[in-house]
Amino acid sequence: MENILNHIGIENYIFLSVILFCIGVFGVLYRRNAIIVFMSIEIMLNAVNLLFVAFSTYHQDAEGQVFVFFSMAVAAAEVAVGLAILVAIFRNIGSIDIANLKNLKG
Amino acid sequence: MNTLIAISGLGIFCLFAEIINLRKAIVPVAVLGLIAILGITVSEFDHPSAWYNNMVIVNNFSVAFSSLFIVLTIFILAMSGDFYKDKPSKFSDFIAIKIFLLAGAVAMVSFGNLSMFFLGIEILSISLYILAGSDRLSILSNEAGMKYFLLGSFASGFILFGICLVYGATGYFDVAEIYALSQGAGLPVWFYFGIAMILIGMLFKIAAAPFHFWAPDVYEGSPTLVTATMSTLAKVVAVATLYKLVTSLNANMPHLFQVVIVAIAILTMAVGNLLALRQENVKRMMAFSGISHAGFMLLALLSLTTAAGTLFYYTAAYAFAGIASFAVITSVTKNKATQNVSDFNGLGKTNPVLAAVLTMSLLSMAGIPIFAGFFAKFSLFTQTIEAGYLVAVIAGVISSIISIGYYFKLILAMYNKDADAETTSFPWVYTVVAVLAIALNIGMGIYPGCMFDLLK
Repeated sequence: MENILNHIGIENYIFLSVILFCIGVFGVLYRRNAIIVFMSIEIMLNAVNLLFVAFSTYHQDAEGQVFVFFSMAVAAAEVAVGLAILVAIFRNIGSIDIANLKNLKG
Repeated sequence: MNTLIAISGLGIFCLFAEIINLRKAIVPVAVLGLIAILGITVSEFDHPSAWYNNMVIVNNFSVAFSSLFIVLTIFILAMSGDFYKDKPSKFSDFIAIKIFLLAGAVAMVSFGNLSMFFLGIEILSISLYILAGSDRLSILSNEAGMKYFLLGSFASGFILFGICLVYGATGYFDVAEIYALSQGAGLPVWFYFGIAMILIGMLFKIAAAPFHFWAPDVYEGSPTLVTATMSTLAKVVAVATLYKLVTSLNANMPHLFQVVIVAIAILTMAVGNLLALRQENVKRMMAFSGISHAGFMLLALLSLTTAAGTLFYYTAAYAFAGIASFAVITSVTKNKATQNVSDFNGLGKTNPVLAAVLTMSLLSMAGIPIFAGFFAKFSLFTQTIEAGYLVAVIAGVISSIISIGYYFKLILAMYNKDADAETTSFPWVYTVVAVLAIALNIGMGIYPGCMFDLLK
């Protein structure tokens, strides 16, 4: 089977993943709505998953694709915990704006 | 490997014990089980082995650190029984999550494959997110959980990206293969970006400056026992893992890397100690004290081939002193809304034992002789001088002197001021844990040699 990476080049996959990862990073740093922050974290993790699959094809090695399953499972567990904490916050202060979380400082 | 399986089994048992109405037996069974697991772990010393295609590698380093983690968890679990007394419905969850946290910690120091490393760090982190937000009716605990979750998963993203770039450059997740490849020339530039991103993620996890800003908020907001877990167990795990990672990925580090480590270590020590001086909240003060200790532990990365024993001694000394002081802090601030220094006024009269233990543990952290903290710092500084970084040692000595300032603030409050509130009762279990932990610390101080030589 002809390898599609010969036409596209692994560099382009790296650039795409870095761009997606940076979108995620800036989303976490600049958005104030907790749901959008969670989505940004998911974008970061999925950018990495994309790159894992690309590298897996590049090396002709299945290990990278197996790792993606691990990282998807971990991301799902992580976001479940995050949403649970968010529900607790919403019950206490009635808002999901993380700018309202300013009780701890000094 | 047997350790890992046994710990996971114990955690699952704790979850089932709730169903079959054994709630009262959970803490004793968990503590006894962990003592048995400690025996299994210690028996693996000097019997290196590899499991499941090098996924898990058991060697003296992993056995020594796993034993330390198990001892710390035993102390924390022993305190949990009283701490969660008024929340009987969720009791088994709190215990089980702490045991699963230990499983993640053991996986982190015995990984032989980067996927195992990633799973370990995520098991540890997710357990800590849950524990940090576990007091769900308190807005402070919610906020701590949320902040820890956001910054922790942000750091996990960096670690994952770093692992991906290392995989892309070498084609392997196995650290032995990556090590062999990294000795030769001709690796793509992504490899070094990957290592740098893993390091940034790990520095987030150990709360080294300039990535420390989450630690004080999270430590202050979390329930006190969880703060104890984070500042002793989680920090020691992260430092040990960072050491193992750097040793197993590139032993012949470029000079630039060492300069960066020295700069981060000096900055971390300075920031931690200077900001701790103006804290009134004890948990916040301990958070900054932990940040400055992370700076000291980073110095072990400068002499990779020889520093394992010193790092083990330092982390054990720090963690036992931390457990002792947090046992006292938990006991004193149990029924209080705040954890300020003024809450400790007159403790020297109302409960001399707890006051003496807290004084000794703070002196150990400051690095006063007899206590293990002194020998830990002494040997760390000796090795750093041998590695040729005198400037880091000078900064370390200066920041140790600064640290005495805020530790003595607490000690003076205990002995020189009168109690302003009526005394409450102090449950005996905290006193027992505090005395045992400080006894271990002093024992290490009297016989320092036997622990230094473990990891030669």
